Formats: sequence, structure tokens, C-alpha cells
Amino acid sequence: MKRYRAAYLILAILLLALLALNLCVGSVSLPLSQVWAILRGQDPGAGADILLRIRLPRAVAAAVLGGGLALSGYLLQTFFHNPIAGPYILGVSSGAKLTVALLLVFAVGQPWARSSWAMIAAACAGALAAMGFVLLLSRAVDRMSVLIVGGVMIGYICSAVTDFVVTFAQDADIVNLHNWSRGSFSGIGWENVKVMSLVVGLTLLGTFLLSKPIGAFQMGEGYAKSMGLNVRAFGAVLVIFSSILSACVTAFAGPISFVGVAVPHLVKSLFRTAKPILLVPACFLGGASFCLLCDLLARSLFAPTELGISTVTAVFGAPVVLWILVRRKREGVA
Amino acid sequence: MEQTFFQTEALSVGYQDTAVLKDIALSIRPGEIVSLIGPNGAGKTTLLKSLTRQLPPLAGAVYLDGRDVQAISLPQLARAVSVLLTERIRPELMTCWDVVAAGRYPYTGKFGVLGERDREVMARVMDQVRITDLAHRYFSQCSDGQKQRVLLARALCQEPRLLVLDEPTAYLDLRYKLQILDLIQNLARARNMAVLLSIHEVDLAAKVSHRVACLQGTEVRRFGPPEEVLTPGYIQALYAIDGGTYDDRTGSLELAPAVGAPQVFVLCGGGTGAPVFRRLQREGIPFAAGVLWENDLDYPVAKALAAEVVSLPAFGMWIEEAARRARALIDASGRTLSTLPMEQMTGQAAPLRALLTYAGEQGKWEGPHGL
Repeated sequence: MKRYRAAYLILAILLLALLALNLCVGSVSLPLSQVWAILRGQDPGAGADILLRIRLPRAVAAAVLGGGLALSGYLLQTFFHNPIAGPYILGVSSGAKLTVALLLVFAVGQPWARSSWAMIAAACAGALAAMGFVLLLSRAVDRMSVLIVGGVMIGYICSAVTDFVVTFAQDADIVNLHNWSRGSFSGIGWENVKVMSLVVGLTLLGTFLLSKPIGAFQMGEGYAKSMGLNVRAFGAVLVIFSSILSACVTAFAGPISFVGVAVPHLVKSLFRTAKPILLVPACFLGGASFCLLCDLLARSLFAPTELGISTVTAVFGAPVVLWILVRRKREGVA
Repeated sequence: MEQTFFQTEALSVGYQDTAVLKDIALSIRPGEIVSLIGPNGAGKTTLLKSLTRQLPPLAGAVYLDGRDVQAISLPQLARAVSVLLTERIRPELMTCWDVVAAGRYPYTGKFGVLGERDREVMARVMDQVRITDLAHRYFSQCSDGQKQRVLLARALCQEPRLLVLDEPTAYLDLRYKLQILDLIQNLARARNMAVLLSIHEVDLAAKVSHRVACLQGTEVRRFGPPEEVLTPGYIQALYAIDGGTYDDRTGSLELAPAVGAPQVFVLCGGGTGAPVFRRLQREGIPFAAGVLWENDLDYPVAKALAAEVVSLPAFGMWIEEAARRARALIDASGRTLSTLPMEQMTGQAAPLRALLTYAGEQGKWEGPHGL
């Protein structure tokens, strides 16, 4: 119990510290005292504009979406009983990217097409379609490696089609679109933040309420069913929840790599348990911190040039995946 | 014994449209242990899966207390029937305590938090299964024997009236095999719990089960108490054993005998001959054995491995014809071995002494050191 409390404390402190850093650091550096004053409405200067209109929504978005992404990965790993499953690796993010790109290019004149809800709906459609292919594949060949390779292939196909669409679209939005398809938290406004918080928040709550059946599901489908769980329906809920989460992320920030795989693994190593009731909130907190850190690095390392967020998440996330593979090989379970 | 509470009626099981087993009529009473035996691929696992609603039946029905199992809600069924599966789970970062706690799933609330009664049940079961000291160990770090006991504890924590075990003795060494069957027997008695298991060790099945069901072809060919069902030669036929033999009385398996005319004659008795028979079989040397009473421990092994066995009826008197045949075999084979010391050839076995002396005179016996 002590370990769990300490782990939560670490995650909370990490989140708060990174949030503060994200608000302070930038082209105009704001000291913590000034940030605090602005947040309390006591400093209406130029700094307030930067903080409240740009940095704060961006930081909140990075936290919410990062948390959602980590949770999405956690759900997929549970569903596939596969520690390196994740929305990016399995091509779900790329599926969402494709449909959002299609929406932006082909419904370019329509005002509704740029609304948060339209973006999320399009992303969901793409995510679920990609997920469908992955599921078909997993039915046909029940092997961990085949699943991953298949997912990566689906991701490549979707990315290729996206590039094709983007290349032939002639519009001023293209620059934006290009930026977005690389993955970035820039340009996210409060309206977007409200919608994503609602979607991710509700899904997080739903997932948390499913902690008990997730625990049963971890025992394998046969045992889960014998304990009274409707495995088919529950599996569908897992898939839909994780698709919603990764679709939401992709709609606002583009495809972001490795967070979904790396964060749940890091969190599990920290907690040394598999209890979903502890891990679900912890994955969210961990994902939030992870993305805040990565975004901070992405925009400050080579300022004023901004790196794509996936560039940074890959640097931190990919080694974690390798670590998982090596560790599992050593334990002889891969 | 009490009334049957779990039974099948004209049940057909299988996948899609292919029936693996048809027209199954099985029944189980409280406190009864029923084993499913039959060759690999006979459908034992498929049948167990169908009985526990993991697979829908192709036809017919499974009844629990007279109610069709398909009509019982999954959570309700989970409180009556629990399983130990062959599917090997490898839960990441779950301690044995966590795995056992999963058995309380049908009883805990919305968030699965364990209550006082849940903990009581778990503590009692873990003590019975003797895994209390494993509680904090990670499941993935346990040996196969420990894992099997942890999973058994998980199943028992569901407080089932029917426990279904798919090959509970697989992967286990002799000690754990016995331990787990002993546990099952005690639990069935103590809790009046019915147990249905599939098992490959036919000899153990015959020992632990009140009734056995023999799966052969697409049907349950025989179903009843082992002493009635497992008639001599039946197991050999059930498993279509051809490269060797299965002895019904001892449950022992022997490899196929060496072929050819006997090169060695083995004088034996009282179980002393069996190791020598097996050594000769390994070395590919055909041999003859005798003179054995048919109730001798060596007799079934000799029957399985020797080219010829000179025998006498069980408890029977010495017959001169047997001595004559033995002498002929001593003459025909290159040498004679005796696994019995001369001084033990007394009483009814005294005539063996004469045979050994005869072999010595013929230069076929090299003395007790010739073994």
C-alpha cells in the first residue's frame, strides 16, 4: 500500500512540476511568481495574453491528450494481452489521421468541418476502421509478432494515402495540415480543450468504472468468462474506448508515437502491480506528464524551430519498447 | 448418494457444424468425482468447455438443478461452477494473492474490493491448498506445481458446487500429481463438491474417480465406476495402443518386445525379473522367462516383453510339463540368468532350484555373478 501511495505522490508532483515548467518556459520566459499572479487574475500585462491564450491551453491539451493516449495504449494491451500493443503501433492513430485529413481536404469550404466534433467524429471513424482490420488480422493469426507487424503495415498504408491526399490538395490550409500530420500540440485553443476534456474525461471515468472486469480479463478469456464476464461485449467496449481516446488525440494533435506503449509500461514498473483500479488513473497521470515533458522539449530545444511531438516521444518511447522486448525475451515469455 | 444436480441430455459438442462428440448423457452427483479419459483429440477439452458455457452446444442441453445452463446468467453460473483450464495464463505483475482473489469476482461489488468474508474464504482455501506462503510471490515466478495449486485455489474461492478441471495433473511431477489429486479427493468429501476432470493418467483416473467416462470416436463409449468400465484390455483398445502394452492390473506401460527366437532364459519371480526383462528389451535381446505363477509380480511384465513365458496357473501346483518346457528353452537359448538367489527357491518354488542346476550343468548358467 505504501508503494502505491508513494508512486501516486511521485506522479502528482511530476505532473505539477511539468505543468509549471510548461507555463514558464518559452520565447518569453515568465517567472513562476508572475504565472501565479496571472492565473489569479492579478497581472493583466502582455504575459497574461501569452499564458492564457497560448501556453495554458496548450499545456492542458498536452496533459489531457497525453493521458488519453496512455490510457488508450493500456486498454489495447489489456485487450490483446500484448505488452507492446498501442494505438500508434497498431495503425489506429494513422487510420484516424487519414480520415481527418480527408475531412480537412475535401470539406474544406464547410465551416462545420473545422469544428472539434466533426474532427473527432472523422477520427473515430478512421480509428475504428483501422482497428477493424487489426482485429480481423488477429483472428486470422494469433501471434504477437504478426499482430504488431500487421498494425505497422496498416499504419504505413494509411500514412501513404494521407500523404497522397495532402500532396494533391491545393489550399492555404496545407501548411497547417502538414504540421498537424506530423503531430503537434501547437495552435490548440480553448474551444478544442473543452471538447477534448469532455471526451477524454468521460472515457477515463468509464474505464475506471470497468476496473473490475479489466482485472478479470487479464486472467485470459477462458477464466474471465468462467467468472461471469461477458467477454465479447466487454472486449468490444475496450476496443471502442481505446479507439475513442486515440481518435480524440489524433483529431487535435495528429498521430503521436510510442506514448501508448511506453507510459503504461513505465507506470507498471513504478507500481509493480497489475491492479487496474490503481493503474487506470496512474496511466492517465503518467501519460499527461510524459507528453508535457515531450512538448516542452519539442518547442524549447531548438527554439524558435519547433520539433514534431513524435520526434521527441519516439526518442523516449522507442527505447522503452526495446527494453520490454529484451526483458520479456530474458524471462522467456515472448 | 444424493440426487444428480448436473447433467447433460443428448448433448452434441464441437465447432461450427462439426460435432466432435454426439449424444452425450453424463451426470454428476454432489461429492462425486467423475473423470473423462480418452486419446488426444477425443474431445475432452471441447466437452468441458461446452459444459461450462465456454462453447455453445451444437444440440441438446446441459442442466444445472434442472435448469438449462444457457438460460442461467453468467454471474449466477460462476457461483455454481468454476474451472481450472489448460490455457496457460501469464499475468504480468500479479501476485499469487491477486490470482486467487480473482476467484472472488462473482461475489465482490462494483469495484471488486475484497470484503471481510472474501478474505476469510481466501485465507481458508490458501491454507487448504498449502500456498499461504506464496501469497506475495509473483505468479510468473512460481513453478508449475505451485501455479497449478494457485489456480486450483482460485477456482475454489469461487465456492463452486461443481469444480471442472481440465488436465489438472498436466505439467506436474509425481509428487504434485498425487498432492493435487489428494486435495481434490479431500475437498470433494469435505465440501460435498462435485468434481469433473479430464486426465491422461488412466491409472490415476481409476484410483480417484467414482465414475469414469471414456471418450472414443464421436461418443462417450462407456460411463460408470472404473471397476466396471475398465475391463481387461479396454484401455489398450481405447487408446489404440500398438507399439507396446498397457497392463490393467498395475497401470504400467511396457515398450514393444524384441523380436526373434529367445537368446536368454530368465529364471525369476516375485518382481525380481522385471528390471532384467526391461534391460534385455533395451538391448534388443529376445528372451524367454519362467517358471512364473500367473499371480506373480513378474508375470505381466514377462507377458509384455518376453518371446515366451513358461507359466503355471495362479496359486497352482508344480506341473512337470512346465519344467520340461523350461529345460527346452534353456537348451535353445545361449545362456540363462537367474534373478532369484538359490536359497530363496524354497517351498512351492523349490523345483526352480533343479532348473538352475540343470542350466549350470549345461554350461548355460554363469552363477549368481552372471547377471
